[in-house]
Amino acid sequence: MATKRKVDADLEALRGPIIAPGHTLGSVTDKISEVVLEKGTPKGWFIGFAISFSLLMMMLMSITYLLAVGTGVWGVNVPVGWGFAIINFVWWIGIGHAGTLISAILLLLRQKWRTSINRFAEAMTLFAVACAGIFPILHTGRPWLAYWLFPYPNTMAMWPNFRSPLIWDVFAVSTYATVSAMFWYIGLIPDFATLRDRSTNRVGQTIYGALAMGWRGSAEHWGRYETAYLLLAGLSTPLVVSVHTIVSFDFAVSVVPGWHATIFPPYFVAGAIFAGFAMVMVLAIPLRRFYGLQDFVTMRHLDYMARVLLATGLFVGYGYMTDAFIAFYGANPYEEYMMMNRFEGPYAPFYWALIACNVVSIQALWFQRVRSSTVALFIIAIIVSIGMWLERFVIVVTSLHRDFLPSSWGMYSGTFWDWSLYIGTMGLFGTLLFLFIRFMPMISIFEMRTLLPEAEVEEHD
Amino acid sequence: MASEQIIHGLMAEFVTANELMKAVKAARKAGYRRMDAYSPFPIEEVCEELDFHHNRLPFLVLIGGIVGLCAGFGLAYWTSVIDYPLNVGGRPFNSWPAFLPVTFETTVLGAALTTVLGMLALNGLPQPYHPVFNVPRFALASDDRFFLCIEARDVLFDPDGTYRFLQRLEPREISEVEL
Repeated sequence: MATKRKVDADLEALRGPIIAPGHTLGSVTDKISEVVLEKGTPKGWFIGFAISFSLLMMMLMSITYLLAVGTGVWGVNVPVGWGFAIINFVWWIGIGHAGTLISAILLLLRQKWRTSINRFAEAMTLFAVACAGIFPILHTGRPWLAYWLFPYPNTMAMWPNFRSPLIWDVFAVSTYATVSAMFWYIGLIPDFATLRDRSTNRVGQTIYGALAMGWRGSAEHWGRYETAYLLLAGLSTPLVVSVHTIVSFDFAVSVVPGWHATIFPPYFVAGAIFAGFAMVMVLAIPLRRFYGLQDFVTMRHLDYMARVLLATGLFVGYGYMTDAFIAFYGANPYEEYMMMNRFEGPYAPFYWALIACNVVSIQALWFQRVRSSTVALFIIAIIVSIGMWLERFVIVVTSLHRDFLPSSWGMYSGTFWDWSLYIGTMGLFGTLLFLFIRFMPMISIFEMRTLLPEAEVEEHD
Repeated sequence: MASEQIIHGLMAEFVTANELMKAVKAARKAGYRRMDAYSPFPIEEVCEELDFHHNRLPFLVLIGGIVGLCAGFGLAYWTSVIDYPLNVGGRPFNSWPAFLPVTFETTVLGAALTTVLGMLALNGLPQPYHPVFNVPRFALASDDRFFLCIEARDVLFDPDGTYRFLQRLEPREISEVEL
């Protein structure tokens, strides 16, 4: 124990603290809860919310137009039948995965630094899954019949095909959304109790009181709560891996050259974590600055996240290499052709742009100077987010646009309505996120308390 | 004693987690059993000292997971083999490896739902009313203060004696918790 403490202290001296010195239980509570409970709302919040909300309206308009006119308003057609809908679905759901990784896997690995970022990373997961879910439902063509995907007794006396990855997807994504929502809510209960007790107006007391469900911080409750939280973390960890594995099965179980690859599941999971960590950085860097939370989300956090980004980026780079290697090693002429077409076909600029974004740009993260500059990290995180979208574009489009017969070759591009729906979902994401940071504590207050020296209890008799 | 019980108990407020820990130990030593400690964050040591070991949650979660597993596989098997056998690419009706992804997801779902609902149910939440909230300063239990409440249903409880006992622990304040 003593040596562990010494190692912790040494690390602290070397890399900076995970919570700035001088904080007490009271000051942590004040600092985080005042963002929610203070009287005025900052002007910047209104500007950000207005932009997001406008984009959300654009999303609703795009969906209305799609339903009124039909799927023909999108660019999808034979041979590229998947297009933006599936690209955006995979992109969004991948972004969500870092939230689960931070809250569950890092908890099991006892990485204390996760505490300041897990709450909004979990929120990010939930909102990203909400955005992701829209795409496959609309892509079914008749979204008002989307409930046909679920097995329920019906007058047609039919059941879904349980051998199909698309049904696996329905189960995986709906389970993931449910478990992520529960994990997030359970984490919020003690903080809702704090907001209930500190709220000065009747409305706040009632709403936060109802959400806190009568939480009173009893030792017996805490005991079960901690057990439940650990169990949920243990359940979420294999869940998150299974979800993106199943998403990759949508591709890998087919026989399409460029999709039918054994490397897909691990490479998709690594890509999801990579994209998700990039998005956490895109959100965390402006938030900590805007709300003055540098004491809680310190440079050490950003440094660690940059390292995770670099490591997962290298996995992804390895995935690209294996994908290309197997295409030639497998001696299947269709696979070879598909890979050459990626390298030098009509979509080659997209392929090389994705390599530049996801493999080349992150090499800068080897340098301490880059990892300690918030501006550089923010730019790299944006580049990676774009690169991961390009990756899904290349996987979906280049594998489909030149079918086995040259008579069924074609080109694909997104239409105005494809883009407006995609950008519109960012509005949905932004709107939910702005509402979240305004009305709920964006950092877990009770978990931050446990990091303080005051929280240590001496065992003496 | 139950018929005479007119208060929920006596509550002492402490400023640090260490003081709470010491108070819990002293109260256990004095023979009190019916009590609860309240803190703004989980303190494992206090929980242990209060002897809250009867944690049935992991067992319930195991059951939930097994139910989810059977339900998921049962659903896939019953629909694909018994109720609506469909030849897909010449594969057997019971192509069990293809049923595993769904089975896995329902297992996790069953276990996770049991974890959350089980934790809430065993903790008796949601609970709209509890006497401890009648103490105005108890609002600080979710901020930076620690509370120990010795309940009136304890056999050793006696309003004056317990008050004097709590006073010796040097709390910041002692309050009567009304029912």
